[in-house]
Amino acid sequence: MKTTRRDFIKISALGLGAATIGGSVATAATKSFFGADKLNKLMTKRTATYCEVCFWQCAAWAYTDGADNIKKVIGHPDDPHCNGRLCPRGTGGVGMYNDKDRLKTPLIRVTDKNGKQTFREASWDEAFDVIAQGMKKIAQEHGPECVALFTHGSGGKFWGHLLKAYGSNNISAPSYAQCRGPREVAWQGTFGEGLGSPEPIDIRDTKCLVLIGSHLGENMHNGQIQEMSDAIDKDATIITVDPRFSTAASHSKYWLPIKPATDIALLLSWIHVLINQGWYDKAYVEKHTYGFELLKTHVKDFTPEWAYGITTIKPDVIRKTAREMFNAAPSVIVHPGRHVTWYGDDTQRLRAVAILNALLGSWGRRGGFYLSDGISLPQFPHPPYPKPKRNWKDAFPGQYNLADSALANGICDATLPAASRDCTIKGWIVNGTNLIFTLPNIENTKKAIENLDLLVVIDTMPMEITGYADVILPECTYLERYDELRTSRHRYPTIALREPAVEPQYNSKPGWWMAKQLGHKLGLDEYFKYNDIEEVLDWQLKQVGSSLDEMKRLGVKKLDRDAFAPLYFNENEAVEFFTNTGKIELYATSFINEGFDPMPKYTPHPEPPEGYYRLNYGRAPMHTFSRTANNPNLTDLMDENTVWVNPKVAKVWSLENDQYVWLENQDGVVTSFPIKVRVTERIRWDSVYMVHGFGHKNEKLSRANGRGASDSELITNVMVDPIMGGTGMRGNFVTFHTKKPAKGGLL
Amino acid sequence: MRYAMAIDTKKCVGCSDCVVACQTENDVPIGYCRDWVVEVTDGTYPQLETEIRSERCNHCDNSPCVRCCPTGASHYAEGGIVLVTKNECIGCGACIQSCPYDARYTHPDGYVDKCTFCMHRVKKGMEPACVAVCPTKCMYFGDLDDPNSPVSKILKTRKFKVLAPEAGTKPNVYYLI
Amino acid sequence: MREEIIISGRMNPGIDPVLTAWGWEIPVYLFLGGLAAGLLFFAGLYYLLGKAKKYPAAVRKAPVLVPVLLALGLFALFLDLHHKPYFWRLYTTIKLQSPMSWGAWTLMLITPLSMIWAALHIREWFPNWDWKFQWLRDLEKFFSAYKKQMAWAMTILGLILGIYTGILFSAFNARPLWNTSILGPLFLASGLSAGSALIMLISNKHKERRVFAQIDLIVIAVEFFFIIHMLMGFQASTQVQIDAAQIFLGGPLTAPFWIFVVILGMIVPAVLEIMELRHFKIPVVIPVSLILFGSFMLRWLISNAGQLSRYLY
Ligand SMILES: Nc1nc2c(c(=O)[nH]1)N[C@H]1C(S)=C(S)[C@@H](COP(=O)(O)OP(=O)(O)OC[C@H]3O[C@@H](n4cnc5c(=O)[nH]c(N)nc54)[C@H](O)[C@@H]3O)O[C@H]1N2
Ligand SMILES: Nc1nc2c(c(=O)[nH]1)N[C@H]1C(S)=C(S)[C@@H](COP(=O)(O)OP(=O)(O)OC[C@H]3O[C@@H](n4cnc5c(=O)[nH]c(N)nc54)[C@H](O)[C@@H]3O)O[C@H]1N2
Ligand code: SF4
Ligand code: SF4
Ligand code: SF4
Ligand code: SF4
Ligand code: SF4
Ligand SMILES: [Mo]
Repeated sequence: MKTTRRDFIKISALGLGAATIGGSVATAATKSFFGADKLNKLMTKRTATYCEVCFWQCAAWAYTDGADNIKKVIGHPDDPHCNGRLCPRGTGGVGMYNDKDRLKTPLIRVTDKNGKQTFREASWDEAFDVIAQGMKKIAQEHGPECVALFTHGSGGKFWGHLLKAYGSNNISAPSYAQCRGPREVAWQGTFGEGLGSPEPIDIRDTKCLVLIGSHLGENMHNGQIQEMSDAIDKDATIITVDPRFSTAASHSKYWLPIKPATDIALLLSWIHVLINQGWYDKAYVEKHTYGFELLKTHVKDFTPEWAYGITTIKPDVIRKTAREMFNAAPSVIVHPGRHVTWYGDDTQRLRAVAILNALLGSWGRRGGFYLSDGISLPQFPHPPYPKPKRNWKDAFPGQYNLADSALANGICDATLPAASRDCTIKGWIVNGTNLIFTLPNIENTKKAIENLDLLVVIDTMPMEITGYADVILPECTYLERYDELRTSRHRYPTIALREPAVEPQYNSKPGWWMAKQLGHKLGLDEYFKYNDIEEVLDWQLKQVGSSLDEMKRLGVKKLDRDAFAPLYFNENEAVEFFTNTGKIELYATSFINEGFDPMPKYTPHPEPPEGYYRLNYGRAPMHTFSRTANNPNLTDLMDENTVWVNPKVAKVWSLENDQYVWLENQDGVVTSFPIKVRVTERIRWDSVYMVHGFGHKNEKLSRANGRGASDSELITNVMVDPIMGGTGMRGNFVTFHTKKPAKGGLL
Repeated sequence: MRYAMAIDTKKCVGCSDCVVACQTENDVPIGYCRDWVVEVTDGTYPQLETEIRSERCNHCDNSPCVRCCPTGASHYAEGGIVLVTKNECIGCGACIQSCPYDARYTHPDGYVDKCTFCMHRVKKGMEPACVAVCPTKCMYFGDLDDPNSPVSKILKTRKFKVLAPEAGTKPNVYYLI
Repeated sequence: MREEIIISGRMNPGIDPVLTAWGWEIPVYLFLGGLAAGLLFFAGLYYLLGKAKKYPAAVRKAPVLVPVLLALGLFALFLDLHHKPYFWRLYTTIKLQSPMSWGAWTLMLITPLSMIWAALHIREWFPNWDWKFQWLRDLEKFFSAYKKQMAWAMTILGLILGIYTGILFSAFNARPLWNTSILGPLFLASGLSAGSALIMLISNKHKERRVFAQIDLIVIAVEFFFIIHMLMGFQASTQVQIDAAQIFLGGPLTAPFWIFVVILGMIVPAVLEIMELRHFKIPVVIPVSLILFGSFMLRWLISNAGQLSRYLY
């Protein structure tokens, strides 16, 4: 039967780790026998790395003592991502390495004669054999396009390379349709290009920073936090629009406690005020934009008074803040946000944000958006990839043409069989993403998984997704491996190296090695014609005048900007934008071509029914999603999430601080675990708030298991963005249970 | 020489990086900390104010912890830094009771431990680990007797307060408000 | 609403969520010290008043227990020390501003003194005691000649020790509930009360018992006055101290304080003693154990309440 084919297995099955733990004790014993331990402690060594605790990828030095203990990880002073200062998660990154609950050896799903499924420890060779067999079978029976890769974080290049060589381009990251996809599409529709990561925003030189939701300070994207602080030093005006009194709001000159889901109304009325008052950069708009008159007509009726009725933000506040923006223009940033998949009309909301920036002339200007520069390294030579005949998009004919990346949820849906198409995905390779927590609508993800013939998970931790795998490949942590070179764009180009600070613990291996071994098993030797990664990195670096040796010494190499590409627009030169009209499109021609509104409109969204509260979620500065929920250093700072409840609501429900409750959503889904109440004025009376990434089910996660609750379980209503397929997740409503309800959760 | 620290509550975001950095720098065992972060919110939605402060030993000029220590383990070191000498401390806990800020704790090895202003780094001319890591650069450290030290300079230009002045300990950690 | 929370997860054992750096050891140490102080004080005083014959329990019998009480107390203190191998450091410095140092040195003086006194009166408990060695017998003779001086020392050091048991707390400004000079006299009174109660128990002379019951009643009255005075003092003081007093006036330790310390530890035994004085038959062990229990609870609760009280900032 399908449903029992892939039981969720707690990795505790079988004597996992016994052998490997024995091994590490033995090495420790030999070390102390030779008395080396003490002596070596005195010597410290540093190795270059870049942080993998989130996707900002700060470059750093890892310090080890002679006994191979990683003592600390310190930001690289020359790195523009971090300027020598890591965020708490990066500083606590050693906990990723030290976590005793790590995956230790390859595991293969087996079924015993009673039908009970368990994982058995396997050698790397066995594990690759099973995977290669599975992939070959899928290729034969359905075509290689029926294997998809989900990947987040580094290592993606190696697995992507493998998959493309194998013949599939179904490669997706949850950082698109669950995160910044709508923003990228809105920016492409307006300015002709996306923003990428790190976003090219010139916060350090801005005079006015407008945050729409973006909860900088809780969202610890390092460079932005640092620059927001610089901006505060320089007395920049910060305007925060957030229904919750976020940390950023508490540091702002203006906090606009907006009614949730109404941002587009506020943005439209700001546009209205700027245009009607003439508070926009006339020369810039004249020179660079397309569709101003159409926009002017479009926003004619969107007065602050109109917006007040919707957003509850007072008209004079709307005018005053609009004036502040204009006063600062063009050194003003209406922040594009990052996790923007909120209500399903997100691309349009971000279009409004883009339009505001265009009117204020901040794109390509100091204190607004700078023009980033980066270096692209040549790929290590390999034969051309085979051309896939189909891909996941076949499941959505005519839809999401504006999306420029694969949708993780789209691949999930394309895994569910449908009579109308032949491309049903049969195999998943999941690298560094905990899909169970990451994709909304867990039931749907599980259903997709049930239809798979092969699920391979590459992870460092026994996270939820590993419980559904056929084969689990334990990756060593970023502190124990080489990886691809970091070449992200910034104010100037840089290259950063990640080199192992210590040998991999247990029987874990780096991703590049796994992809290569599997490549050989699949007969793709031509694509992996190198002995090891050092050869590849050295080759790549030599193409651009550096070398692996130099990079080991430098860690981060700063390069000069392209001499013909200034950091800001040259005021006297014409600019060609990559849009249909070559201008900044206030009126988006690409949108109208696809049948979407060329200018944003406000549409009301459902409100919580009686006795329910809108589920708001976000970040805690000391954690990254679920990946840090078991990190010993970081759980020391925060070991569970809480549900924020306004005192008025607490009174109605007789809730007290630190009391545990279960949450149930509008569809009757209850959290698997109870969550602690935090009674605070910082949240509105119509919402509750919780930090994403807690409430883990896997018992092998000794610090995370059962601590706090998972917002992911409660997100069953997904409002898909018709423009690019993003999954709006903020339309869920919850109520409280003070006693454990009979129903279980989805985990 | 008078070492002091100033912390800008207008910039601190409560990320607790200062806490982890201190732990990894000073081998503070997991489950213990020499510094911590306090968040105080006043008002009623939406009329709200939140202050976030990173706190640690204030290296008080008039420190009861030094006075009450029966062995002299707690003492003033160079620049007014209050230190505990591990192998003079008997772990009696008197200093813990005497500190109005709860800045001290008993190390699992038995002696009482607390913030040292990272004396080992300061001696080498480096900033304390927490100051050096803070992503918002909201901490300033230096010698109050030196008018050009970062801490003297910032205290000249900004309003500040100390914690529980009525306890009479004369703290040397200042909060910019 | 005001919300004040630590957001970095601070959980230093013994410090968070509330201070519990001192558990049962220090209250036991202070209780036994107070009791010993009471016994020594009465022994010294009545010896000097020439009542050694009349009040044998007070002057001769009870003090024999003192070295044992002090040893147990010191052992409790020792248990409280977390860095035990360095215990000796207490005696390499004299720190006048440190009550801990003070206590250590007072005990350093009082313990040998009490041992000698006990040795001189050991035959009260073991009539056939023999010192076995001649030099010990000589020593006994030698010290017997200085009983008066020793009695003076015991009276004075007894008072100092009794007051010290309170000062150990009141020296800590940082704990608003301890920050009152009344704790010294209060703990002294409590120690005297416990001392007189124990003498009552040990004594088999009706007259002596009556006298110590009367003394005890007076001391209890004084102690009660000090408690009221302490609480009123807090009420008239700063906000932190008003908050601190609240712990006993409606706050978390109100019931134990009033029930165990005041009612069971003072009022009930006082009533029983009055009844006894009026010739009702009350087994003496009842009021005595109530008083001893109350005296311990006073220290235990003040220790915990003090650790609960703090400066707000
Ligand atoms: N510490 C830490 N930092 C991180 C991450 C992490 O895991 N941990 N993850 C990183 C990643 S990948 C991303 S994408 C970013 C995400 O971080 P952001 O891009 O900042 O995410 P948002 O969803 O914009 O921010 C959540 C905020 O939106 C507010 N909000 C909720 N509903 C509404 C609404 O209707 N209107 C408005 N105006 N605001 C609303 C919430 O109250 C909350 O303050 O964080 C990054 N930084
Ligand atoms: N409910 C809800 N869902 C969300 C969000 C939300 O706020 N709420 N946020 C959305 C956003 S903005 C994003 S960007 C996504 C993020 O989604 P994910 O990237 O899936 O986030 P994590 O939960 O951190 O999962 C990362 C996985 O990578 C593993 N890992 C960590 N380090 C390594 C490594 O070095 N190698 C390998 N192979 N694996 C590693 C971790 O153990 C973990 O299983 O989630 C989205 N989904
Ligand atoms: S922002 Fe923090 S977690 Fe992310 S890469 Fe940088 S240091 Fe690491
Ligand atoms: S590291 Fe800096 S910003 Fe973060 S909590 Fe500490 S003082 Fe505040
Ligand atoms: S803060 Fe506490 S521990 Fe530090 S010097 Fe002052 S009283 Fe002593
Ligand atoms: S615990 Fe140590 S440092 Fe503190 S008072 Fe006692 S001896 Fe001194
Ligand atoms: S100064 Fe050093 S010891 Fe003190 S809190 Fe900062 S990092 Fe820790
Ligand atoms: Mo994201």
